[in-house]
Amino acid sequence: MSSALVAPPESKHPVEPRVNYLNATYGVKSWLLTRDHKRIALLYLASITFFFFLGGLFALLIRLELLTPAGDLVQSQTYNKLFTMHGVIMVFFFLIPSIPAVLGNFLIPMMIGAKDLAFPRLNLLSWYIYMVGATFTLWAVVHGGVDTGWTFYTPYSTASSNTHVIATAVGIFITGFSSILTGLNFIVTIHTMRAPGLTWFRLPLFVWSHYATSLIFVLATPVIAVTLLMVAVERLFHLGIFDPRLGGDPILFQHLFWFYSHPAVYIMVLPAMGVVSELVTTFSRKNIFGYKFVAFASIGIAVLGFLVWGHHMFVSGQSVYAGMIFSLLSFLVAIPSAVKVFNWTATMYKGSISYRTPMLYAFGFIGLFTIGGLTGLFLATLGVDVHVHDTYFIVAHFHYIMVGGAIMGYLGGIHYWWPKISGKLYPEAWARFAALVIFLGFNLTFFPQFILGYLGMPRRYHAYPPEFQVLNVMSTAGASILGAGYLMPMVYLVWSMRYGKAAPANPWGSTGLEWDTPSPPPTENFAVTPVVTDEPYHYSPGEVEIVG
Amino acid sequence: MDQGFPLFPQQASSMAPRVDNLYFYLLAVSFFFATLIALSVIYFAIRYRRRSESETPPGVEGSLKLEVAWTVIPLLITLTFFFWGTKLFFAMNRPPTDALEISIVGKQWMWKIQHADGQREINELHVPVGRAVRLTMTSEDVIHDFFVPAFRMKKDVVPGRYATAWFEATRPGRYHVFCAQYCGTKHSAMTGWVEVMDPLAFQNWLAGGTGSESLASAGAKLFALHACNTCHRPDSLARGPNLEGLFGKTVKLQDGRTLVADENYIRESIVAPNAKLVAGFQPIMPTFQGLISEEGLLQLVAYIKSLSKAGPSPAGIPPPVKESAPEREAPK
Amino acid sequence: MADARAPAAAPSDASVTHAGPRDLQHHFDTMEQQRDASSLGMWVFLVTEILFFGGLFLAYTVYRSEYARAFAEASRHLDITLGTFNTVVLIVSSLTMALAVFSAATGRRRALLVLLIATMVLGGVFLGVKAVEYGHKFHDHLVPGPHFRFPGPYARQAEIFYSLYFAMTGLHAAHMIVGIGILTVLVLQARKGRYGPAYYTPVEVSGLYWHFVDIVWIFLFPLLYLIGRHIH
Repeated sequence: MSSALVAPPESKHPVEPRVNYLNATYGVKSWLLTRDHKRIALLYLASITFFFFLGGLFALLIRLELLTPAGDLVQSQTYNKLFTMHGVIMVFFFLIPSIPAVLGNFLIPMMIGAKDLAFPRLNLLSWYIYMVGATFTLWAVVHGGVDTGWTFYTPYSTASSNTHVIATAVGIFITGFSSILTGLNFIVTIHTMRAPGLTWFRLPLFVWSHYATSLIFVLATPVIAVTLLMVAVERLFHLGIFDPRLGGDPILFQHLFWFYSHPAVYIMVLPAMGVVSELVTTFSRKNIFGYKFVAFASIGIAVLGFLVWGHHMFVSGQSVYAGMIFSLLSFLVAIPSAVKVFNWTATMYKGSISYRTPMLYAFGFIGLFTIGGLTGLFLATLGVDVHVHDTYFIVAHFHYIMVGGAIMGYLGGIHYWWPKISGKLYPEAWARFAALVIFLGFNLTFFPQFILGYLGMPRRYHAYPPEFQVLNVMSTAGASILGAGYLMPMVYLVWSMRYGKAAPANPWGSTGLEWDTPSPPPTENFAVTPVVTDEPYHYSPGEVEIVG
Repeated sequence: MDQGFPLFPQQASSMAPRVDNLYFYLLAVSFFFATLIALSVIYFAIRYRRRSESETPPGVEGSLKLEVAWTVIPLLITLTFFFWGTKLFFAMNRPPTDALEISIVGKQWMWKIQHADGQREINELHVPVGRAVRLTMTSEDVIHDFFVPAFRMKKDVVPGRYATAWFEATRPGRYHVFCAQYCGTKHSAMTGWVEVMDPLAFQNWLAGGTGSESLASAGAKLFALHACNTCHRPDSLARGPNLEGLFGKTVKLQDGRTLVADENYIRESIVAPNAKLVAGFQPIMPTFQGLISEEGLLQLVAYIKSLSKAGPSPAGIPPPVKESAPEREAPK
Repeated sequence: MADARAPAAAPSDASVTHAGPRDLQHHFDTMEQQRDASSLGMWVFLVTEILFFGGLFLAYTVYRSEYARAFAEASRHLDITLGTFNTVVLIVSSLTMALAVFSAATGRRRALLVLLIATMVLGGVFLGVKAVEYGHKFHDHLVPGPHFRFPGPYARQAEIFYSLYFAMTGLHAAHMIVGIGILTVLVLQARKGRYGPAYYTPVEVSGLYWHFVDIVWIFLFPLLYLIGRHIH
């Protein structure tokens, strides 16, 4: 077992430079034309961070407007554009790529003992496709935005809105191919490039969850692509595929849209669950409890996730019997998630629990995802969903999962693998403080929204009745704290790149092939392909060391 | 109307307490499991906290029994949610047969409401307490949603088709109506009120109106205006199906399908006549899309319903209008 | 999937021509691994394409069942002769493509070139015929939009049919164009003798793509062209 559990002693002398993937080649071209999965991961990191703060800015403006019942900060149409752009940017340009394109790209080859993904040039192309799609969307933002809601319901989006629907739809369409290619790359890589001895059941759970995510990437994303294509074409040529005045069916759009967008939420949360599996094992210094159950739960979530889309349409006019089936399936899809939460908790039993920042994010994830997931059960319950559908209850539910879950997982992963990625240690005290601020800010922002939703405050409301104000003020207060919390990692992580302590190869004492390489790793990851003989998370004494 | 700082909505319909009871059950179970997990995590985190950097905990085997238990037990619990929720949902979607009929047309950004006897309202709906009310709703433009939190009632109002919902108000008072499906610029201004009144006060309110004619009789006028009776007549000169007794009847279509003639079918047959061609007839009926407003369509539907004994007859208003003889004798 | 791979920097594949290190990309350990990865990659991509076209097929199915008569009427205005001809053209092109893959695998360089070019020509013929058909539709006012005119009572539903017709055949044609582009690249590489029994993966996976595009047409043709033939 590696003894590099503490940071190396401070050195007064400059460390002798060692060649790694960051300094192997210099210049803009070497980054923009790289085939190294690690550099591509950093390209994605830069882009999605930009979009995170842009989406966050829109969120801030939304919450500022909602401080008062009257619509007095911005005009109605502006407000409608704000929540639309917040949703579009956060979903398509931040959350969906976040963990897979940054952490997945960086780590999957290393975790399986490979030198790169199966298709490195396709990987770079994915990033460029993302950027082209992002450019279309940014163009739309700058030229007045779009106001359809991120859900683009017809016929409003095709026949009524007078904003840049087509540009935004095209942007999302293009970026979708970035997702598809990433998923394709991951699937082929995991199937064909595992190191000798690395059987499926020796894979880290991070890889399992990304495999499940990739299944969704490749099967669901094409559907949103062709659906948005139909929306753009209908709008452009005044066709009637979804317009009832021309014989079309607006509910057909909803079926097509949600067929992707429900699995999409599992794209957002499965990778975070994969991160949590890594964090809980490392910082409990224990094998995961129920490895196979967690692994199969990921696949189960991916498969069942395709069967529940109609639970977004219980009051749409969909048949009552269809509603019943979707409700039942929605309960089923909750079970594997619950199984994972129980297994993570059980992993901590008789462990050696560290409170380092990544583990704090894991704790946060477990708590907040549990609440978010439980409130999902409320929504699967037909009789209750009728009341809370399209209210702030829904908004609170999905933010608990997306922010309390996915973003916590993302930040936990960023902090956990930061030493490997950057070769530096972040300042632990600040990081813990930021995690705490984020946790508290988050709860203050979104818990009141459950109450608001049950009271009946609809979502996407620019102005609201005065009796809802107190809860809205609480929510906005929380949002400012949350925003401040998110700024902190931006600051200290960037600071650490220059001034942080040099990181050893394995600062956390973790198992896993990625920790057998230096921090930061060389471009080719492994000089010689390792041979794996250990079970994953082999923390207990008596296990054989990894060779290679 | 400052109601202070509420944390829970009023219960003003027969459905509201049922929904709330299910909600409280869900809350209780959720609270139990959330607390169980939170306390477990906190307990383990403290009891097993790392005391030295070099400690290595013992390996712990997984447990199949535990895995099965915490898969099956949550599954069984969620099934209780499912059954209870479905039961409630079916009740929400099955209006009582003697309900008061209200027609609602949503359009950007207002609600146009019409009572069966002809009373029109904008953004306000007066109803009697203790009486089931059935809403037949459609949109003139984009998808809206009629949401009354105090009744726990919500339904998307979709253009091109009728959506139905029902409630029975149990407390007099004034309750918010919200549009709950984003519909454009003034979505959050598309709000209104339901005014629930004592039955006597409601009758007075109805009677005190401007005396506009009932939906069905307005529909009869439209029927004549658009010369529908030219083809839809009971004698041998008929070129279209007879509409008397149609509502609620089973209809056989050209392509072999059968369906029950409901409001949606009647509406569709006026705006897209050849979509569901009745067996034995030619596709010669012209479309009236764009020629008749959604309100007009609702009136025509009400009229055609009144031609059938199966059509509901709201108490307290004049009996359904019966057309005895067509206005014209010969085709145009 | 095979687990044991000898860690090696150079391929152990020592067969016939052109299996040099330049064909083995640096991140793969063996040619076999690279071939497996490329092949699996193309299959996964084709699955995404099924889902991509699937959305349109779903829309078609919904409206076809809703507006059966209208769709049959509208379908009768399509040129079944040209459609059938195109179907035969595509099926033959799949044959030439399959033979091209076989030629590459057996080292027949000249045959490979001829067959690739034949496939491209057939693809071009298909697109040419489609262009002619589109021209006819434009002339007959059957292009959805402001100039759409359809006699009889089913005009609006027919416009939906034609919207789907153009969307589906247009998307298919776009895929054909991309396919011909890919074949062009293959021809250029084949001329330089790039492909042989030891390395012909690009030809093989391009063949998969071409067959897929053909199969999509096999579904499109009856759904669009043949449904009006019996309903009266």
